[in-house]
Amino acid sequence: MANPSAVCNGHLHHHHHQKQNNLLKSGIYKKNGITKGLKKNGISNGTLYKKKFVEHFEQAPMYVAVFTFLGFGVGTVFGYLRDFMRAWGLEKRNVAAEREQQKDFVPLYQDFENFYTRNLYMRIRDNWNRPICSVPGPQFDLMERVTDDYNWTFRFTGRIIKNVINMGSYNYLGFAETDVNALKTVTVELQKYGTGICSTRQEMGTLDKHVELEKLVATFLGVEDAMVFGMGFATNSMNIPALVGKGCLILSDELNHTSLVLGARLSGATIRIFKHNNMQSLEKLLRDAIIYGQPRSRRAWRKIIILVEGIYSMEGSIVRLPEIVSLKKKYKAYLYLDEAHSIGAVGATGRGVVEYFGMSPDDVDVLMGTFTKSFGAAGGYIAGKKDLVDFLRTHSHSAVYATSMCPPVAEQIIRAMKCLMGLDGTTQGLQRVRQLGKNTRYFRRRLHEMGFIIYGNDDSPVVPLLLYMPGKIGAFARRMLEKNIGVVVVGFPATPITESRARFCVSAAHTREMLDTVLNALDELGDFLHLKYSRYSKSSHPELYEETRLELED
Amino acid sequence: MDIKSMKNYLYWLYCQFELITCSYLMEPWEKLLFYTFNITMLVTVLYTAYVFVPVHVSTAFQFFLHLLGNQHESTVSVVK
Repeated sequence: MANPSAVCNGHLHHHHHQKQNNLLKSGIYKKNGITKGLKKNGISNGTLYKKKFVEHFEQAPMYVAVFTFLGFGVGTVFGYLRDFMRAWGLEKRNVAAEREQQKDFVPLYQDFENFYTRNLYMRIRDNWNRPICSVPGPQFDLMERVTDDYNWTFRFTGRIIKNVINMGSYNYLGFAETDVNALKTVTVELQKYGTGICSTRQEMGTLDKHVELEKLVATFLGVEDAMVFGMGFATNSMNIPALVGKGCLILSDELNHTSLVLGARLSGATIRIFKHNNMQSLEKLLRDAIIYGQPRSRRAWRKIIILVEGIYSMEGSIVRLPEIVSLKKKYKAYLYLDEAHSIGAVGATGRGVVEYFGMSPDDVDVLMGTFTKSFGAAGGYIAGKKDLVDFLRTHSHSAVYATSMCPPVAEQIIRAMKCLMGLDGTTQGLQRVRQLGKNTRYFRRRLHEMGFIIYGNDDSPVVPLLLYMPGKIGAFARRMLEKNIGVVVVGFPATPITESRARFCVSAAHTREMLDTVLNALDELGDFLHLKYSRYSKSSHPELYEETRLELED
Repeated sequence: MDIKSMKNYLYWLYCQFELITCSYLMEPWEKLLFYTFNITMLVTVLYTAYVFVPVHVSTAFQFFLHLLGNQHESTVSVVK
């Protein structure tokens, strides 16, 4: 304890010199063999987080909110004007409307959502549902389409825009590829099994490929057993009703995905919402649940389950897993972790947020994930203890009624997972994970330096860039397409009405040149559209610093 | 050169106005309507300012001068 030359956190010599200098400089002397004064540890032992957890949710200046509301106000006024003209026959009606005989019934299309769709969404509709005609790798080909009547109808010109840089696909590890060597095993399986299963898991749809895949997923995650399903959305919405029912309590994060919300509502349990990633809010709800019990009978809840996601796809924030696990152990609740975006994308070897925080997979009761994002396939899995998975095999709606995953897709997941784990004999998997981490950090750092407002954790490959004003949504997407870059912009129903954003998904398949092209285009566009609202931009001359500099916190 | 950069700057300002007020998204006849309305309101405000502001400013000035003038005289008498 008193020996200053002892090994502290592995930094032997440095610490030794430091401590000696400290002692000599500050004049602190040894008393009874115990040194008083500063102890220089790397990370103190009391915290749950083993590395820094940095998240940004900067608020824009006030004038931005004022202008956003102004824009929506003008849009609403013109929306009313157009509706008036349509109702009085001054303009041709392209919208869905009730028939003459239904005019005296309860109106179908009068609520705000329909108003918004008719008048605001239609004007910028050409930025969504763009059909592509190649594999969604780091670059893709787009079918060109034009509109003659302001986005009510589209027609294809027949031309194909080639090599558009893809910043919107969930291709985190770059497994969406058409390289023949990579897809050799998939081709073999395709010729052996064909594409159709024509049955559900419980009837005749369980193939040896599924058994092999489930064993592999369980080994990959470090759990006892796993079960795979044909569709990621259906995994959530069909399995949560099997796990909880009436008399149970679901504590769900504010910004959970629709599949989790649907599953929770279908189950019939009581749902309570806690603020996004806010542990005080969650703890308060847990305490209230345990103290007051069920609403009228005051009995204890049969089960309390916490629904969270690994990475939230609209915010780019990572869940505070250590705190949630400690809360769940304290109040004896269960944890359901949806790792749709984080499996393969975070963690030192790509095993998700559980590895990212250095925790053991036994801490999480139900590990759920999808194969759509990082593995270039389709489907989902649920993993955990063998009892849990055996229960789901018999009681899940998806297992009983839904068609199982088709064999070539299962083989694609098997080869991607083997590549990640290093079982195919190469280090390609680890290289991909490292490349994704490097690309993510580089992209985020450059965007912060340029002065954009970026949400989310520094390690998350989902990068939302805030646009705020409705006019800029359309302008941003169209101009980026003119520069041959395809982005996804998100507006009202998916985000709060004043915080529309452009969401970039960094991929391991992006090269440094592609990222630089995108960043230069963003720089230009940010100046032209005046998007650089951040008041904390790090430096105005990023070229003077190399990659290896230390970054100081704001 | 200066004129060109000034013109670019003005064009950029016009683009910002278009984006903020969503007139970038409007069809041409809507834009015409919107700009006509805005310019009419602006001209009306400026004309009102031109006609009434000098009168108001001079009235206010006279009022304050009157107030100060009275006070000045009263303080002089007290001191004496």
